[in-house]
Amino acid sequence: MKSKHFFRFAFTHLCIAALGLVMLYPVIWMIVSSFKPNNMIFSDSGIIPKAVTIENYISGWKGYSGVSFAKFFLNSLLMCAAAIAANLVSCSMAAYAFGRLRFFGKNFWFAVMMTSLMLPAHVTLGPRYIMFNSFNWVGTYLPIIAPKFLAADAFFVFLLVQFIRGLPRDLDEAAIIDGCGLAGIFLRIIVPLAKPALVTTALFTFLWTWDDFFNQLLYLTSPATFTVSRALRTFIGDAGAVSNWGGALAMSTLAMIPSFALFFSLQKYFVRGIAISGIKG
Amino acid sequence: MGGRFMPHRVTKFLRANAVPYIFLLPWLIGFLALTVYPMISSLYLGFTDYDFTKPDSTSWIGFGNYISMFGQLFGVSEFTASSGKILRVDPYYLKSLSVTFTYVFVSVPLKLIFALAVAMLMNRKLRLMAFYRAVYYIPTLLGGSVAIAVLWRKLFEKDGLINGILKAVGFMDPPGWITNPKYALSVLVLLTVWQFGSSMIIFLAGLKQIPEEYYEAAAVDGANKFRQFFAITMPALTPVILFNLVMQMISAFQAFTQAYIIGGGKGGVLNSTLFYTLHLYIKGWTYHEMGYASAMAWVLLIIIGVITGIVFCSSDIWVSYGSGE
Repeated sequence: MKSKHFFRFAFTHLCIAALGLVMLYPVIWMIVSSFKPNNMIFSDSGIIPKAVTIENYISGWKGYSGVSFAKFFLNSLLMCAAAIAANLVSCSMAAYAFGRLRFFGKNFWFAVMMTSLMLPAHVTLGPRYIMFNSFNWVGTYLPIIAPKFLAADAFFVFLLVQFIRGLPRDLDEAAIIDGCGLAGIFLRIIVPLAKPALVTTALFTFLWTWDDFFNQLLYLTSPATFTVSRALRTFIGDAGAVSNWGGALAMSTLAMIPSFALFFSLQKYFVRGIAISGIKG
Repeated sequence: MGGRFMPHRVTKFLRANAVPYIFLLPWLIGFLALTVYPMISSLYLGFTDYDFTKPDSTSWIGFGNYISMFGQLFGVSEFTASSGKILRVDPYYLKSLSVTFTYVFVSVPLKLIFALAVAMLMNRKLRLMAFYRAVYYIPTLLGGSVAIAVLWRKLFEKDGLINGILKAVGFMDPPGWITNPKYALSVLVLLTVWQFGSSMIIFLAGLKQIPEEYYEAAAVDGANKFRQFFAITMPALTPVILFNLVMQMISAFQAFTQAYIIGGGKGGVLNSTLFYTLHLYIKGWTYHEMGYASAMAWVLLIIIGVITGIVFCSSDIWVSYGSGE
């Protein structure tokens, strides 16, 4: 009886681990292949490389039309930092209003916001582009960052509203007695207490901004402004041909490191974001 | 001036609402400027031949863009728009529509079935479960990135990893998956199904809500695992399935990056991976036909709206919001 139990237990573990390995094999293969000499990437499907080189990293790092990946990484990081700051400020403000305050039309605006989550981005794309172009913003990061200062990523508002609704109200009342206004309650009570949800917001803002391609394709036009995602695309030619596979795989590997690092260091903040990542796909 | 001349109730109303609206203001401005105005504007542009490079020569063409999209259905290839201009029917529109529908209706069910199967496998109290969950989430974490699309292109090339493995197990002449129009779309479907992580975690949360006693009682009554799955697990999960289905469908209709990268900025061989949004992008931004692209976007909105509506209406039949008792 006991050994039967053990075998079932071992079998379950084995199944889950084997499936996990199959799932991750492409990623592992990519990391390993990025260290293989260019001519061996094609022939060698194994995980253990027959020869190791950092040639791919040197050739890939050179980048595109004279701009190196150092610049692309810097661009991506700065863009993500601005996006995080923008989302934290604008989304927490809206979430405080929806989650804590009473005002005329609240239910209406909340319903409107929730509906806007489902809208395909493409219905607003053309006019937004025309508008940003008339501001002379095309070619800069402003079309990507400015909307975030206006809480355009409304799923974070929803996430924060859910969290703020769950916070105890006793502290608000105590603060009002002490003469604290609504703005004071927001800054001194809600923001510190909502820190876990704010970390989740920052985390997912980073991941989605880092990985986003479409907006960067539309709005970043010169190589000096390219981000990592936008620059990776340049490895694949217009006809789909790739000349430097080694470099492409090496830079793709580097591009995944920030997401990996955040995922493993901020595990507990992740789960909260999964429900909304369902919304985003 | 001043409060003294205003009716008391008005001042009170303004005072109570001023601060909340200040907090709401960024979102409200954003909503009006970045959603409401562009939506109205793109609805209008959809009835014009707006060209991004020559906005001054824009003219109203009525349903011209819509006839361009669907004219093929009626055997039309050229027609005169209300502006007097002769317009051509878009030969690729219906193709992009059928590619997208195939993609959505194959990839979403497969992804959900896979996510549910894995979630059931994981729904045990095992040590290491948190670790496994993290491992299974990694494809979702990375899947939308350009890096993974580049990798996928490499994996499924004629002499890529997948064919290397197939040859090693005895399939001597595997096709070039991406270059063969018969298989190119299935490569993208596979990439989507691979990112089952977030659906899995939502299913897992749903499974944890089902009381253990249900299964015990069913086992006492002699129901086998199979019966238990269809009599207990599935009905209890229907609300979660509805949520996952709607969310995954909405995002699948808008898939872009992977098709764009894998097709090298185009729709692939014989347009076999010409996703709707990719076609929209090519029309609007490569050919600058933004009026046409706007009309396409509105059709997409209507398609998504109608299909979501149908799913919600049908949910009365198949979703059970049990009282839990």
